[in-house]
Amino acid sequence: MPLTADEVRHIARLARLGLSPEEVERFRDQLSTILDHFQGLNAFDTEGVPPTAQSFDLTNVERDDRARPSADRSEVLANAPRTEGAYVRVRAVLD
Amino acid sequence: MSSSGPSADVFAVLDLPAHEQAARLRAGDLTARQLAEAALARVHAQDASLGAYITFMDEEALAQADEADARLRSGNAGPLTGIPIGVKDLLSTKGTLTTAASRMLEGFRPIIDCTVVARLREAGAVFVGKTNLDEFAMGSSTEHSAFAQTHNPWDLARVPGGSSGGSAATVAAGGVPLSLGTDTGGSIRQPAALCGILGLKPTYGRVSRFGVIAFASSLEQVGPFGRDAEDVALLLQAIAGLDPNDATTAPVPVPDYREEFARGIEGLRVGVPRDFFVEGMEDGVRQAVEDAIAVFERNGAVVDRDVALPTVSAALPVYYIIAPSEASANLARYDGVKYGFSYHDAASMWEEMEQTRGRGFGDEVKRRIMIGTYALSAGYYDAYYLKAQKVRTLIRRDFDAALSNHDLLLTPTAPTVAFRLGAKTDDPLAMYLNDLCTLPVNIAGNPGMSVPCGFSEGLPVGLQLIGRPFEEATLLRAAHAYGTFTDWHLRRPPALASDGAGA
Repeated sequence: MPLTADEVRHIARLARLGLSPEEVERFRDQLSTILDHFQGLNAFDTEGVPPTAQSFDLTNVERDDRARPSADRSEVLANAPRTEGAYVRVRAVLD
Repeated sequence: MSSSGPSADVFAVLDLPAHEQAARLRAGDLTARQLAEAALARVHAQDASLGAYITFMDEEALAQADEADARLRSGNAGPLTGIPIGVKDLLSTKGTLTTAASRMLEGFRPIIDCTVVARLREAGAVFVGKTNLDEFAMGSSTEHSAFAQTHNPWDLARVPGGSSGGSAATVAAGGVPLSLGTDTGGSIRQPAALCGILGLKPTYGRVSRFGVIAFASSLEQVGPFGRDAEDVALLLQAIAGLDPNDATTAPVPVPDYREEFARGIEGLRVGVPRDFFVEGMEDGVRQAVEDAIAVFERNGAVVDRDVALPTVSAALPVYYIIAPSEASANLARYDGVKYGFSYHDAASMWEEMEQTRGRGFGDEVKRRIMIGTYALSAGYYDAYYLKAQKVRTLIRRDFDAALSNHDLLLTPTAPTVAFRLGAKTDDPLAMYLNDLCTLPVNIAGNPGMSVPCGFSEGLPVGLQLIGRPFEEATLLRAAHAYGTFTDWHLRRPPALASDGAGA
C-alpha cells in the first residue's frame, strides 16, 4: 500500500530530517516500493521462533572499572561548531 | 612524476604482494621511505582518473616510513612494517580528517584512532590515505559519496562496487598492496569481486569495531583487501582478536592463518547452495563460478551441489529492515551540536537540527533513516523489525545446517560484473539487488570472502567462500590453494593513463 505524503512527513519528523516538498514526493514513491518488497517476509513462518539481535549471543561482557585519563577537552571542543569557553554552545531548547 | 621521483625498480616492488615487499624491505633492497614515496606518487597520479581517495596522508606516511626504516635497521620489523596501506574513510584516524564521505562530517578530525588503525600503526604500516566510500557505507557502487567519484580500474566508465569502492580500486590499480574496508552487507566482498581482487569479511566479533563510524552495529565488520590470499591473511592477522573497547569482540583465539595453508584442500567438503544462483544472474558470472567449483573438485575437494539454503530469498527484506533500523538509531547522533556540519540559520533549536540533518545527509542516507524510522515506529515494529529479527534466526539456522556437514560453501559474490556509472542510482531496489549473494552472510554473522575466479565481458568475476563462525582460516587456506591452481588473481587492469612512472 503506497505511503501518503503525510506519513512521509510524520516519519521525517520522528527522524528530525528536514525534507523539501520534492523529497517528500520522491521518498513517498521509493519507500512505498521498498516497503512493498518487505511483504515477502510474510511467506516465512516464524511461529515460536525467537528473534536474533546479535549473531553469536555474547552476554554480560565485563571489564574492571578502573580510572583512566579521559579525552582532552580542547581536542573535543575543536570539532564543535559553536563553543563558549570550555562549553559547547547550543540554541535555547525551551522558548 | 619528475625524474627525481622514485625509480622504475621501486615501482616494480610496489607491484608485488605485500609479503614480497616486506621481504625486499628486510633484505635492504630498498627502504620503506622509497616504497612510501612510490606509493604516494602512484596514488596521487592515478587519482585523477580513479578517484579512490578522499584525503591523502603524505606527511604522516613519510614519517611512518622513516619510523619503519628505523625498525627495519634495528631488526624490530614485523610482516607489515613499511607496507603502504589505504584506509576506508569510515575508520577513525586520530587528527586526520575522517568524513564517512558525508558532508555531515566535513572537517571532522577524530580524537582517537580506531582499534584496527592503532594496531596497524603498532605493526609499522604506512597509511597513504583515506579511501572513498558510499556515504556512511550505504551503497553498492561508491556513487553515494559527497566528495569523489571512484571508477573501476578495469573500465573507468563503470563502478568499482561499494561501499568500500576506493579501497578496492586502489589495490586493484596497484597503488597499494593492501587496504581496509568495512562490510555490512557485502561492502568488502562485492567491490573485491568487481575490481578483481580478494576481500574478506570476518566473522561478526572477530575484529574490533571500536572507532569505526557506526552504520549497522549488529552486521558490520572491518576486513582486508589484497591481491593474494597470503596478503589478506597477513592483514587479518594484524587486526583480529579481542578488544576491551569493543564488548562485541569474541573471546576466541586467533590462529596463525598462514600456517594452515600447507593443509591444502584435499578432502575439503564443499557445498554449493543452489539458492545463491539467483534469477537475473549474468551467464558469464554463472559460468566463471561453475568453472571455479570444478577446479576445487579436480583438486581433491568433495563437492556437494545439492545444498539447500531456502531462507536466502528472505535476506534482502531482512537486511533492508534491520540495517536501516540500526542506522536510524546510530545516525541520530548527528545533530549539529557536538561535531560536524551545523546549520545555524533557522528560527528554533528543532528547526536547526532538522535543517542540519536535511542538508548534511545525502539521498541514500536519508532514505535509509526513513526506512529504519518507519520500521521501528509505533504500530509497525512487530510487523517489520521483530519479524525481520525472527527470520534472521531462520537464516542463521540454515547456515548452521548447511555448514554442519560442509567445511565451506561456494557461491557467486555478486550476480553481475561491474555495472555502468549511473545505471542504478535512480532505482534503489535495483542497487540493493546487487548484494543478494553477500547480505545473507552478514545476517548470519559467518565469515565470507571473495576471490577472483575469471572474467565476463572483459570484467572480473568473484567467487564467494563462506565458512563456519571464526573459521576464517578455512577460507584463507582454500583461497590460497585456489590461487595455486589458477592465476586469475594475477591479472591486472590496463595501466591508467595517469599512472606515471613504473605503472
